[in-house]
Amino acid sequence: MAISQTSLPGGAKRGGRFALPNGAYRALLAGVVAIFVGLVAWFLISLVVQARPAFSTLGFSWIVQKTWNPTHGQFGLLPFILGTIETTAIALVLAVPIGLGTALALAYLVPHRLRAGLSTAVELLAAVPSVVYGLWGLIVLAPLCREHLEPFLTSVFGWTGLFNGPNQGVGLLLAGIILFVMVLPTMVAISRDVLAVVPNEQVEGAMALGATRWQVLRKVVVPGARTGLLGGFTLATGRALGETVAVALVIGNTPFIAHSIKSPAATLPSLIVNNFGEATGTELSALFGAGLVLLVIGVAVNARILVRSTARGGAASVAVA
Amino acid sequence: MTTLAFDASADPILERRRRIQSVASASLKRRKAYSKIAISICWAFLGIAIVPLIAVVAYVVVKGLPAWNTDFFTKVTEPEGIPGGGVWNAIVGTAEIGFFATLVTVPVGLLCGLFLAESDGRIAAAIRFAADVMTGVPSITIGIFGYIAIVKTTGHFSALAGAFAIGIIMLPVIMRAGETAIRGVPTHLSEAALALGARRATIARRVVVPAALPGIITGVLLAIARGLGETAPLLLTIFGNEYLQWNPTKPMAALPLVIYNNSSQPYADLLQVAWGAALLLMLVVLMLSIGSRVLAAVLQREKR
Repeated sequence: MAISQTSLPGGAKRGGRFALPNGAYRALLAGVVAIFVGLVAWFLISLVVQARPAFSTLGFSWIVQKTWNPTHGQFGLLPFILGTIETTAIALVLAVPIGLGTALALAYLVPHRLRAGLSTAVELLAAVPSVVYGLWGLIVLAPLCREHLEPFLTSVFGWTGLFNGPNQGVGLLLAGIILFVMVLPTMVAISRDVLAVVPNEQVEGAMALGATRWQVLRKVVVPGARTGLLGGFTLATGRALGETVAVALVIGNTPFIAHSIKSPAATLPSLIVNNFGEATGTELSALFGAGLVLLVIGVAVNARILVRSTARGGAASVAVA
Repeated sequence: MTTLAFDASADPILERRRRIQSVASASLKRRKAYSKIAISICWAFLGIAIVPLIAVVAYVVVKGLPAWNTDFFTKVTEPEGIPGGGVWNAIVGTAEIGFFATLVTVPVGLLCGLFLAESDGRIAAAIRFAADVMTGVPSITIGIFGYIAIVKTTGHFSALAGAFAIGIIMLPVIMRAGETAIRGVPTHLSEAALALGARRATIARRVVVPAALPGIITGVLLAIARGLGETAPLLLTIFGNEYLQWNPTKPMAALPLVIYNNSSQPYADLLQVAWGAALLLMLVVLMLSIGSRVLAAVLQREKR
């Protein structure tokens, strides 16, 4: 716009002792953005470059091999990929119904006076650092799990074969439970927000047609908020997949494929964090490779929601995360 | 004259209506019962969700408070068996890492946010996409990046490497929060300034950013809260330090590291320190989150 360039005598000077000309201002912004782009590129390239020795020494198949034994030069990632998927699955099996039910209750069932307070409390809990959840899981929940939960689950579901082996407390089950507790606030906060903005006319319309309370929630509110809910679930999945310290504290850290939900196992992040200190050479490179695999899984999970939020150009659910 | 004997039971229309009513009321009863069950399940889930969350906070407070004494805040960490000892070195480390990360990411993030808010092109969309990808990237991979980029290049672990990694976690959060806040500023404000002949930089500094300040502050504080709680990247970058260290180019301690390292130790005194550190870290993070809300509300009110 030409008009914006014309400077009034005296006036424009007052506005900006530091005011840059428009061209310089745009250049400054572009320059800073270039720094960010450079960082992202540096991040991706350095990860790939540092992981490459593992790929060139071991070939691509090492990612799906079963044995992790650094002293024999075996760096199979399969146990850790499975561990990552299994812990996330346990967390989601618990978090999706419970998170959705909680969000519905917070958005529509809890008395009006309590809604704002409870919702804020949930959002604040989403900020509690994961290492705190890990500490609580290891010290408080692991004994409970060993003495009560695991014997109980074994006696009820033992016939499925999923609960074989000794009750150890730490293991896949506990890691899944800790992840569930950890992602719950994020999930509830996002779900509550999207459930609460379903247009009131639709809710009242359904009520006027004689729908019961549950029918309104099930047939109007939940479908109306579907996209947002899926976004919340995706975000929670991403957090569960990438969580490192909380899982490393409670999963038991054994490099084997678990044969029972109670067995100790390991995930990609816990593998990296536990072996990083002593690793050198190919092992270090294999750990970088594990990070790369984790990154690919994480981005793949987020891809759907990312494409949408970016295309819209609007606010992503970043603030809550 | 025969009377019209009205036999209701024989009337087909009334008969049909009665049948519909009985079916409808049965269906209503069923729907109501179903609804009651489903709603109580929602309530039960609310209960299940609240119990562990309250338990976490309660445990941290109950177990952490006894650890808090003067030594805890003024002495450095001691190895197991030696009574006393605190987390002063870890507090210094966390504060310094948070300071350096914030110092760099806030201006960079805000300028990026300004750029994103002012542009609607393919390039802006691509950068937005990159920021969202970076927000979702597992933090351990960012720790790996910090290790490769700083620790490996400089040859040693350092607090600056930690601040670098934490900054990369905070940057996209600040960018997107800044963009959202800036986009929320009514366009007529900047158009009025434009009509007065102000330059773009002046408009940004004098009109847009002040108007978007509540949202920006909220975003920045939330990003700091998130950054301070991150543990995994620190494990790969600052290494930890048993001694007090102010020099950011040296390995440092940090609160999340103390919690992580002490929690798997079989010693009661180390565990005690871990709970105390967890309480401190949780309070700091909660204060930042609560502070961001209060501050945003106050600024919002002042603007009116």
